[in-house]
Amino acid sequence: MTPATRPADAAPFGVLASRLRTDEKRVLEALERRRMPYEFVDSRALWRDLADTTARWPVVLNREIGHTRALYAARALEAAGCTVLNSARAIELCGDKYLTSVALRDAGLPTPRTALALTPQAALDALEAIGYPAVIKPLTGSWGRLVAKLPDAESAATVLEYVAALPSPASHLVYAQELVDKPDRDIRVIVVGDEPVGAVYRRSSDWRTNVARGAETLRCEVTDDIAKLAVTAAQCVGADIAGVDLIEDAAGQLMVLEVNHGVEFSGFRRALGDDAPVADRIVDLLAARSASCSG
Amino acid sequence: MVTCPECEGSTTLTEQPRVGEILECGDCASELEVLTLEPLQVALAPEVEEDWGE
Repeated sequence: MTPATRPADAAPFGVLASRLRTDEKRVLEALERRRMPYEFVDSRALWRDLADTTARWPVVLNREIGHTRALYAARALEAAGCTVLNSARAIELCGDKYLTSVALRDAGLPTPRTALALTPQAALDALEAIGYPAVIKPLTGSWGRLVAKLPDAESAATVLEYVAALPSPASHLVYAQELVDKPDRDIRVIVVGDEPVGAVYRRSSDWRTNVARGAETLRCEVTDDIAKLAVTAAQCVGADIAGVDLIEDAAGQLMVLEVNHGVEFSGFRRALGDDAPVADRIVDLLAARSASCSG
Repeated sequence: MVTCPECEGSTTLTEQPRVGEILECGDCASELEVLTLEPLQVALAPEVEEDWGE
């Protein structure tokens, strides 16, 4: 990506977050280092009058950690005329595993066999068709929470009985997926502005290889196949900034598992150091969007 | 240095603390949020919510 130039009197960027983690600090440091004015917007204090269509921040980086708040912040800011990265549409698609899977399938990308069951009872039939072992996941959620590996129909019946007892109707929708026989690792690729910034293997003794669950990160070479799959996956959900998770099956064939819209990159930095300037690439993208907004 | 509101232990700040930054108390491992810089004030950070993540 070619760094864009900005007029000195350009309006400040908005950086929206409620929790300033190392990742957000890296972005703020990159903005400051490059003397690009910004305003930190605490999403816990954000409200917008629908009648107010003044885009106080023409371009906003959305780093809100809560999915619901991130989605509605993006909607409210877009309604006021702001360009938000990632967009509300991208957050909608990435935040719902089923919508992500539909977008991946429509883009022709390899992804594990997946079904949506509208009740826990129907999920038993879906799982029988997919075959065991299988996985069920909540439609929304992150960090591997409530993702369950089901070795057989008996375990599935037990777990789904608990699912049926959950109070929220949305919890009764079951996202069921084949369990791909993969090595004890997956691949996380960070894509910013249609280009891969780098990739890491995430390795764990837990079958869930989320860094939030303690997985270690190791350098992974970005091959042409990895780059193409990751960039296409990010594009098909409209994510300008994405953490794309790939898995390799037993034959080494790559598949796309999911696309994350609020990518965390501290584990990524630990593995790749300065070779993966995620914060700088994000700032490049903000500058490019700002230039296209004012152009 | 700030005092942890949970255990009253002393926690060291980063070199350039920022409002909204999350710190971990070295004594009790509570997460603390920097509320203001002048005067320096911290509070227990919000608990992880169900829809937090990537």
